[in-house]
Amino acid sequence: MGPAGPARPSGLREGTSDGPVDRVRDGLRAYRMITAMWIRSTLAYRASFVMTALGNLTATALDFAAILLMFSQVDVLGGYRLPEVAFLYGAAACAFGIADLAIGSMDRLGRRVRDGTLDTLLVRPAPVLAQVAADQFALRRLGRVVQGLLVLGYAVTAVDVDWTPLKVLLVPVMLVSGAGIFMAVFVVGAAFQFVAQDASEVQNAFTYGGNTLLQYPPSVFGKDLVRGATFLVPIAFVNWLPGLYVLGRPYPLGLPSWAAFTPPLVAVACCALAGLAWRAGLRSYRSTGS
Amino acid sequence: MFVRSGRFRLYAAVAAGSFRRYATYRIATLAGVFTNTVFGVILTYTYIALWDEKPGLGGYDQAQALTYVWLGQALLTTVAVMGGGFEDELMRRIRTGDVAIDLYRPADLQAWWLAGDLGRALFQLLARGAAPMMFGALLFQLALPGDVLTWLATALAVLLAVVVSFAVRFLVALSAFWLLDGTGVAQISWLASTFFSGMLLPLSVFPGALGEIARALPWSALIQVPADVLLGERSGADLAGAYAFQAGWAVVLLAAGRLLQAVATRRVVVQGG
Repeated sequence: MGPAGPARPSGLREGTSDGPVDRVRDGLRAYRMITAMWIRSTLAYRASFVMTALGNLTATALDFAAILLMFSQVDVLGGYRLPEVAFLYGAAACAFGIADLAIGSMDRLGRRVRDGTLDTLLVRPAPVLAQVAADQFALRRLGRVVQGLLVLGYAVTAVDVDWTPLKVLLVPVMLVSGAGIFMAVFVVGAAFQFVAQDASEVQNAFTYGGNTLLQYPPSVFGKDLVRGATFLVPIAFVNWLPGLYVLGRPYPLGLPSWAAFTPPLVAVACCALAGLAWRAGLRSYRSTGS
Repeated sequence: MFVRSGRFRLYAAVAAGSFRRYATYRIATLAGVFTNTVFGVILTYTYIALWDEKPGLGGYDQAQALTYVWLGQALLTTVAVMGGGFEDELMRRIRTGDVAIDLYRPADLQAWWLAGDLGRALFQLLARGAAPMMFGALLFQLALPGDVLTWLATALAVLLAVVVSFAVRFLVALSAFWLLDGTGVAQISWLASTFFSGMLLPLSVFPGALGEIARALPWSALIQVPADVLLGERSGADLAGAYAFQAGWAVVLLAAGRLLQAVATRRVVVQGG
């Protein structure tokens, strides 16, 4: 990594006339530098990293263990067989895992607001969102992504699907847009913590809770819950809509089949809304003072 | 006699202080209630699907299975299935050497932390346990007992569950005397307790030998046993057996904690000056 060059104010806080593209580039650059720092410090203790990553993998595998235990007693759940449930599970776990790895530490924002350390981030010449997202970057969370990929790998080989090029293409698109949707949830949750600092656990209901919801087929849940997950907090676009298209199953709400291809658009829209929520949250921030 | 009642007052004060400490964070508690409720709703639907497919699974009818879900959510923080009680703090005190101050106090280390954990558990049962359960009872058809005696019997089972949970976590925390960083041990501990307590799925649903082993391990005292008492699956001599199982593990694990504590305080030099 070369020298960073002369320090250059980066727009967001300094009020220079940089456009949104510059701001995004600055943010990504800051994010890359801060995560690289955390990764270097993590890898200084290699054995510890390997153990915590394996621990992360095992911990996230518990959910799947529960599903396996269920299928030790039944052959179908909500009309779905094990490989199909594993497909939905793997897709949700990967998408959530990527989002959690990238910006999962954002749920600590409430603590920073409470103890006043957020102010340190405000005076640094880099977008606050990038700093908060990269803060305490935990490489061990790769464990969750790997666990999701393992289950997805099993599902793809075991599931009885007539693979067309379109379906094959839809799988990586589903993972990337799903990660984008979950990242938007993380950012909105963090923005909410500016207002309700102690309520950081509410976010878990939508992140971890959403992930748990998506691990099962929608036919398991009540229509209202499925409606809420489709239109209100649109996590259904993470894996349910594209996933059911791949599996050749109807979506319970009777949406048109092209809806299976909308996740990238939904992800972009969610991220844009999350960006606005973040701005509103940051603007409302008043330091605790001394 | 005077000394004894003084001791009791001391530990009661520690428990009350711990209760108040957790009660301070009202917004955080509300947030926790919300999250427990959301998870309760999601799990309820998966259990409905499971019991629709195989009625009577694990000896429960569907209403009993759903009651199990909501009791599990009520007890999740109460018996600290996934940790998060006193052990993080005690481990930090061992690492920094502050535990030396605890050892100087005219109070027993294990009893001091047990009292604090009981105060925490009582608050979390009342605040984070009761509210999601009432919500679950409003939304779904649960099999809650109608008689006071079963509720009292459940309360005793929950108390014993907290003591067993404490005893395990005390052992986990003491590992920091040797390891300094007890994070790994704590992680293994909560993995084991999440899997073997019945939090994931009732242990009566676990197949074959795995089920038998899981039901014999101390973690089944945390969720499975209190749930069976609430659901009326254990009554009469069976109820006494359930209590004996919990109390047995509590005694064994607390004794192990005392032994480890004695070794630790005798042989380990606390860091610092």
